[in-house]
Amino acid sequence: MVKIEFLGPIKKESMQVEINNLNELSEILIQDSELIPWLENSAVAVNDILVANKNHPLENGDKVSLLPPVCGG
Amino acid sequence: MEIKYLCFLLYVVVDMSENLKIYDGDLPVNDITNKWYEEFKNSNYGAIITFVGVVRDENNISGLSFDIYEPILNNWFNTWQQKAKELNAIVLMAHSKGDVLNHQSSYIAAVCSPKRRVALELIDEFVEDFKASAPIWKYDIINNEKKYALNRSTKINGAGLLK
Repeated sequence: MVKIEFLGPIKKESMQVEINNLNELSEILIQDSELIPWLENSAVAVNDILVANKNHPLENGDKVSLLPPVCGG
Repeated sequence: MEIKYLCFLLYVVVDMSENLKIYDGDLPVNDITNKWYEEFKNSNYGAIITFVGVVRDENNISGLSFDIYEPILNNWFNTWQQKAKELNAIVLMAHSKGDVLNHQSSYIAAVCSPKRRVALELIDEFVEDFKASAPIWKYDIINNEKKYALNRSTKINGAGLLK
């Protein structure tokens, strides 16, 4: 299972899903209409490292984080 | 051997926590900046530049509130420590989580460098990259309610991967 967590202002509980890559995660998350704006503006990290490839492989125990637009300071 | 390794790990943890500090609520600016100055004034850095961010009273807010995702913030900060080290400089940072009222400070960044020009350029790049990349989310506090400051926020590079 892969843990999915939604950071900052995305008000959604974390979830566990059975997936092999980020493409499969995208297919699951776009079913949730409330998440669609966040999918368009959020970056993605796997095990706390930002990734840029939708084919990024995922293994049992991995953690995927969605990071919406930031504004520190 | 094992004890030496543990000591090394402890040193790394302590070292990182000294240069990047997260506080609940507003920052004790005098304490933080004085401590940094006292700590580094004898290290032969010719230039110590401190940037203090203060919450402005505007748009009817009573303050700001912050969420931080510390694992990625630590990774981001470590990358900057490495970049500064290559220039014989160091970077320092303090940030608030939770609520910070108007006219209080939520963010301090500093650069210590042997060279003035390096320090001036590095503080500019460090603060700008912080605004664009550090995993911190800001909310306006209006009438005791928190509203995500989406229109002042910046998408992290690579955003939209899952759309």
